[in-house]
Amino acid sequence: MKYRSVFDIIGPVMIGPSSSHTAGAARIGRVARVLFGRAPERIDITFFGSFAKTHKGHGTDIAIVGGVLGFDTSDKRIVDSLEIARRSGVSVVFHIDEEEEITHPNMARIKLQDKEESLEITGISIGGGKIEITEINGFTVKLSGNSPALLVLHKDRFGMIASVSNVLTRWQMNIAAMEVARKSKGSEALMVIETDQDLPEDAVREIEAIPHVLKASLLSL
Amino acid sequence: MQFKTVAELVQLSAHENKPISEIMILAEIEVSGRTREAIMQEMYRNLEIMEQAVQRGTMEKVASRSGLSGGDARKLQAYIKKGKTLAGAEVLDAVSKAIATNEVNAAMGTIVATPTAGACGIIPGTLFSIAPRLQATREAMVRYLFTAGAIGYVIANNAFIAGATGGCQAEVGSATAMAAAAIVEMAGGTAEQSAHATAIALKNLLGLVCDPVAGLVEVPCVKRNAMGAAIATVAADMALAGIKSRIPCDEVIDAMYRIGKTMPHALRETALGGLAATPTGKALEAKIFGGPLKGKSE
Repeated sequence: MKYRSVFDIIGPVMIGPSSSHTAGAARIGRVARVLFGRAPERIDITFFGSFAKTHKGHGTDIAIVGGVLGFDTSDKRIVDSLEIARRSGVSVVFHIDEEEEITHPNMARIKLQDKEESLEITGISIGGGKIEITEINGFTVKLSGNSPALLVLHKDRFGMIASVSNVLTRWQMNIAAMEVARKSKGSEALMVIETDQDLPEDAVREIEAIPHVLKASLLSL
Repeated sequence: MQFKTVAELVQLSAHENKPISEIMILAEIEVSGRTREAIMQEMYRNLEIMEQAVQRGTMEKVASRSGLSGGDARKLQAYIKKGKTLAGAEVLDAVSKAIATNEVNAAMGTIVATPTAGACGIIPGTLFSIAPRLQATREAMVRYLFTAGAIGYVIANNAFIAGATGGCQAEVGSATAMAAAAIVEMAGGTAEQSAHATAIALKNLLGLVCDPVAGLVEVPCVKRNAMGAAIATVAADMALAGIKSRIPCDEVIDAMYRIGKTMPHALRETALGGLAATPTGKALEAKIFGGPLKGKSE
């Protein structure tokens, strides 16, 4: 079931004009921001499919930037997000890609960077404001945002799943779904764990302290 | 209390002797693990946001940045007051309130997506016009949204609700079908009558393409919401009169899905076909954005 809650249908409360091209876009931007963990210095946004054609009319551009600035779908500041980004010294660059093979007509890729780090995610907006994240830093994922999710970037070593799930057990967290993606054997891997309850911040820090864990972030959409 | 089809929803309603709205509330409690109070409270808040949008659109001068939409809800309200309507004041009041909500949406105001922003006028439009006439309580108005939500939930999971995936039939079509079912319940009809109203409404919007001029959610979206409100009201009346859809509701939803699947790319929210590609549509696009949208970057 793609849509699980009645509020996916009667909702979200949002700034117009389009739930897939404005609210969904803001949510994809917000995921990027939460995963990056702070305001970036530069935002690169690539539009595909219908997003490439109608992003301007629907305010998809300002919505994604608003999301990256941390605004919710109903935050009126979305309307002025480009100006707000400019004033806070964040550079924003838009790209159009009509060549790449796409899996969904409403697709966007967001790259956030500062001097230390960069993060790239790809998201699709499936309708009514619902989104899915399909790629994080080159890892293919399927993140619906139906449940809170824990993302753990780690070195590809044995025992990593056990170490992380041990912490979750200690915090009495129930795992709803789990997925591990890696680019090649022995390199880096990404663990995506959807939980039934929101994970406390202390548990996330505990997971981050596990040897070979590079980064742990919590995603609640 | 789970359901995947409208038939299952009707069956559950009959078996449990509860209206569709109650089945939806129970399903939501089960899936989300939240309390009934929390769920009701969130829907009350959505109702308030809808009410504010209707009021703003019918009272204030609302205009979009492009200038393509705004002010029509007020025009219609003024016309109704003259007392010489042909379609009847009741239907036109719903139409006007649907327009009001879409005008607020186009002006980047605050709305509730029902099920999408492009189709956000139909459910509040019909609700705020019919509820006072039926002397519905605030709780009955919230229940209206749960009934509409239950139908939308089935459509979204078995077909689609986005113009980019299924055309306007997936947006205005779904919203109209949802509203028709909710009107029936509010008027005291059965779940089965709600299903027939859903089918009758959706059948009349099958094949409707998504062809927004300049890619904006204005032309023809606002007027399609207007007609959606009228169709929903008439479909509900037909079902309440005992008229049945010969094609079962779930099969109509499946037909909508199959039609959407074969709909060309140009007619699915790309602003490349239909009304967007008319000489006037293209001229408006050039005027607003200084050229065609295709392949254009910032």
